[in-house]
Amino acid sequence: MEAATETENPAGNGFVGQSVRRKEDPRFITGTGRYVDDISVPGVLHMAVVRSTEAHATILSIDVGEALAHPGVEAVYTADDLEFGSGIPMVWAPPEVEIKTPDHMPLKSGEVKCVGDPVAVVIGSDKYGVVDAAELVIVEYEPKEAIVDPEAALEDGSALVWDQFGTNKTHEWAVSGGDIDAALGEADVVLEHRIANHRIAGAPIETRGAMVEPRGDTLTLTTSTQIPHITRFILSGVVGISEDHLRVIAPDVGGGFGAKLNTCVEEAILCAAARKLGRPIKWIETRTDNMAYTHHGRDQVAYITMGAKSDGTVTGVKARVVSDLGAYFQILTPFIAELGFPVAGGCYKFSAIDLHFTGVFTNKFATDAIRGAGRPEMTHWVEIMMDRLGRELDMDPIEIRRKNFIPKEEFPYETPLGIVYDSGDYQGTLDKLLENFDLDAFRAEQSGLRETGIHRGVGFSTYTEVCGLAPSRAVGPQGVGLQAAFWESATVRVHPSGSATVYSGASPHGQGLDTSYAQIAADRLGIDMAQVEVLHGDTNQGPFGWGTYGSRSLSVGGEAIARASERVQDKAKKICAAMLEAAPEDIELAGGEFRVKGQPDKTMTMAEIAGAAHIPPQELPAEIEPGLEESAFYDPENFVFPFGAHACVAEVDVETGKVRVVRWVAVDDCGPAINPMLIDGQVHGGVTQGIGQALYEQVVYDSEGQLVTGSFVDYAIPTAAELPDFETDRTETPSPVNSLGVKGVGEAGTIAASPAVVNAVIDALRPLGVDYIDMPLTPMRVWQAIEAAREGGSGPAKTEQGTELGEHGQGASGSGPAGPDEGGAS
Amino acid sequence: MSAKVTLNATVNGNAREDSVEPRMLLVHYLRDLIGLTGTHIGCDTSSCGACTCLVDGEAVKSCTVLAVQTEGAEVTTIEGIGRDGDLHPLQQAFWDEHGLQCGFCTPGMIMTAVDLLSRNPNPSAEEVRKGIEGNLCRCTGYHNIVKAVQSAAGKAA
Repeated sequence: MEAATETENPAGNGFVGQSVRRKEDPRFITGTGRYVDDISVPGVLHMAVVRSTEAHATILSIDVGEALAHPGVEAVYTADDLEFGSGIPMVWAPPEVEIKTPDHMPLKSGEVKCVGDPVAVVIGSDKYGVVDAAELVIVEYEPKEAIVDPEAALEDGSALVWDQFGTNKTHEWAVSGGDIDAALGEADVVLEHRIANHRIAGAPIETRGAMVEPRGDTLTLTTSTQIPHITRFILSGVVGISEDHLRVIAPDVGGGFGAKLNTCVEEAILCAAARKLGRPIKWIETRTDNMAYTHHGRDQVAYITMGAKSDGTVTGVKARVVSDLGAYFQILTPFIAELGFPVAGGCYKFSAIDLHFTGVFTNKFATDAIRGAGRPEMTHWVEIMMDRLGRELDMDPIEIRRKNFIPKEEFPYETPLGIVYDSGDYQGTLDKLLENFDLDAFRAEQSGLRETGIHRGVGFSTYTEVCGLAPSRAVGPQGVGLQAAFWESATVRVHPSGSATVYSGASPHGQGLDTSYAQIAADRLGIDMAQVEVLHGDTNQGPFGWGTYGSRSLSVGGEAIARASERVQDKAKKICAAMLEAAPEDIELAGGEFRVKGQPDKTMTMAEIAGAAHIPPQELPAEIEPGLEESAFYDPENFVFPFGAHACVAEVDVETGKVRVVRWVAVDDCGPAINPMLIDGQVHGGVTQGIGQALYEQVVYDSEGQLVTGSFVDYAIPTAAELPDFETDRTETPSPVNSLGVKGVGEAGTIAASPAVVNAVIDALRPLGVDYIDMPLTPMRVWQAIEAAREGGSGPAKTEQGTELGEHGQGASGSGPAGPDEGGAS
Repeated sequence: MSAKVTLNATVNGNAREDSVEPRMLLVHYLRDLIGLTGTHIGCDTSSCGACTCLVDGEAVKSCTVLAVQTEGAEVTTIEGIGRDGDLHPLQQAFWDEHGLQCGFCTPGMIMTAVDLLSRNPNPSAEEVRKGIEGNLCRCTGYHNIVKAVQSAAGKAA
């Protein structure tokens, strides 16, 4: 950890690389941040949503009479009352693949398909009054069979979520490279394993929420989102309003984690209702609604086959993945599992990879991107399988990994799937991890503790991930088929006094990018970073941009800022050259000054140049336009592939099954650091979210499709008391993809963490005969696995995906009993 | 809706007389009636602590306290402990130690820490972790929050 420093270094040089304190913090620490619920306008009305209490049912009637008569209520709308151009669109259209896509209309009519479906909204002047009135809306349902188990839903004769499709299968998508049959055929050992990756929630501490304000024929929507520009684009179609008549603002946003990477029915309802009523309306999601109707993540079962030679060399890996997508599609729903495919080989040299994905409708809310989005799932099974393979071949987890690492000399490395990893040094991060961890000392301690009845284990995870979304040619219509592009924009404007404003099309919401962007711009403009204001998240300010997700905002958004800043610098040099009567190529920026090379007395500051650009004291050459502002639109040539090595030490109370993470050591490589303090912070939070999934968190629906985990009482996100300090460190392997050499780090910790936790628990429990346990490793599941092993079983506990609470469910709610051996490796 | 009642409370040092519904939550009194929006709402079940403020010096989750329960009491919010240019040592420490990311849990976290340090001026890391376990942060993994609270310890009057 490097402590934050004051921003006192000389203007214009060397901000990049320093742990500078954050520019955004003064407002947050004083309670003067402005999140959506902190913003109001005169006469604003409040909206409460009447939601389905049934998982699957026909709506027989909706009686709004009593609610309408409630004091202060201005309107009650059902699907019959508001018009929409379309439902929420899903934007993945892979070539030659049919995806069965149901309408996802903002207000539901006819049938409801999951708990939480909006069937009516109540709008009125009093925040409490609209909640009272919502309870007076009488909805009569005829229940239908709820489909909750995705694998059972694929069987012939299953009841259907959507009758019109005649199946619950949404789509299949496959990708392969190398000869998988030959690879598995030549293997000395072939392991098969079922790994479930359960449903989780992003659970930002600020729920979703939005306020819409109609002014004349325009609408302004202030919404807690990661994607203001995309939201305007999509909502304009859903609501039927020209983009130029809809302004979308992302104010301070209280955490996203993917949960706010979407365009939501409530935003559309607000816009339509405001146009009808002509009044400003605010809607703030309750936590219960957030758990029910903000998209979830993960929720897949993977059947893995991995082959290896007896020396540990993996020959190939095959995966059959079934993803529970819920009842509707949000904007990316069916694509999320597949999004992990570029790193199906992890940081290993597998000669053949064969992946097949199947999506399934169930009567739950949609899954979509949650921190990592496809890569945590992929990395989880790769890293679990590497440990299992090591055990099968009696190789240490370090040895089996080193045996299969892609050597650093082979970068850029093309995987069997045609993905080109940009740069890497996997042995290097693992070497540093082991220096910091001291495995020999741990093993000695471990066996000593075991004799006293304390069961500790260490789990490793060596990952690479794919981020910096994204090269448009790879993921757009001509690539995997997203109907979008993923370049990023920046505008850098130097004011007449020499301070600057940077506009980004990204939409940071906690990452600290106001600070790192200012560091990048200040160095290139030759000014103090305190003079750089960073603005984003308003469709009326700055150019179109694609938002913040996919660990893209530095490697794509930051690069755009670097490029725009360099264009400003180039123009500044021309102005300086004209003023100092020198050639532009003879002007250099150093020590915060523009100067003529070799003539230390001939200098200008950016403030002087900016003044001359706006109010020229002498005539500038005709080819130099006035003003000092440049934009850049940067579409990367490739993804970036950060990587690292993490070690988790977990202690298991074998009498209660309770797991505690007691140590975490991480070495991450995301290229040269812009701000090391921010990188550490991202790793801390990312790892914590991975630990949360591995041990505590699960979205649980019961067999009737009722949501069991509807609040933070039932959905257990980690608290300070459950976590250790984090020992973070870095190596720096530059990416050749962008001029900064940077890779993303926002999701890396989450991607790395969950397999390290599971591997640690298995390492602790192997002497007891426990070979595998599906996440979340709740006390009940762990205890049952230990008991099953003691009774002679040895294999993994099969779990159903989020179907039932076990009878001893506690806290984070493990689901499904630990069943008989399903075929572990032993 | 029921008849309003009169509430006399002191908020951030200002004596007030307000007319409130008996069912009005303290957090809505602070945010909607007085306009002190630094106190946030994160969960509705008193699980997350984003709404933490002090009542007579003791940390409470204001989403689970009725405004009328503060009759005659002194209420302190994040806006009452310091401001830009005159920060409370905990506010300064959260900034210096990168103890926040999205900032949404931060006011509640700081107010809980104010209470913690008033009872235990020099807590161990373990004591800090136990002391703030009623406040959820989804961004930081708490590592730097613990550092911030310990760094402010002793400086917080």
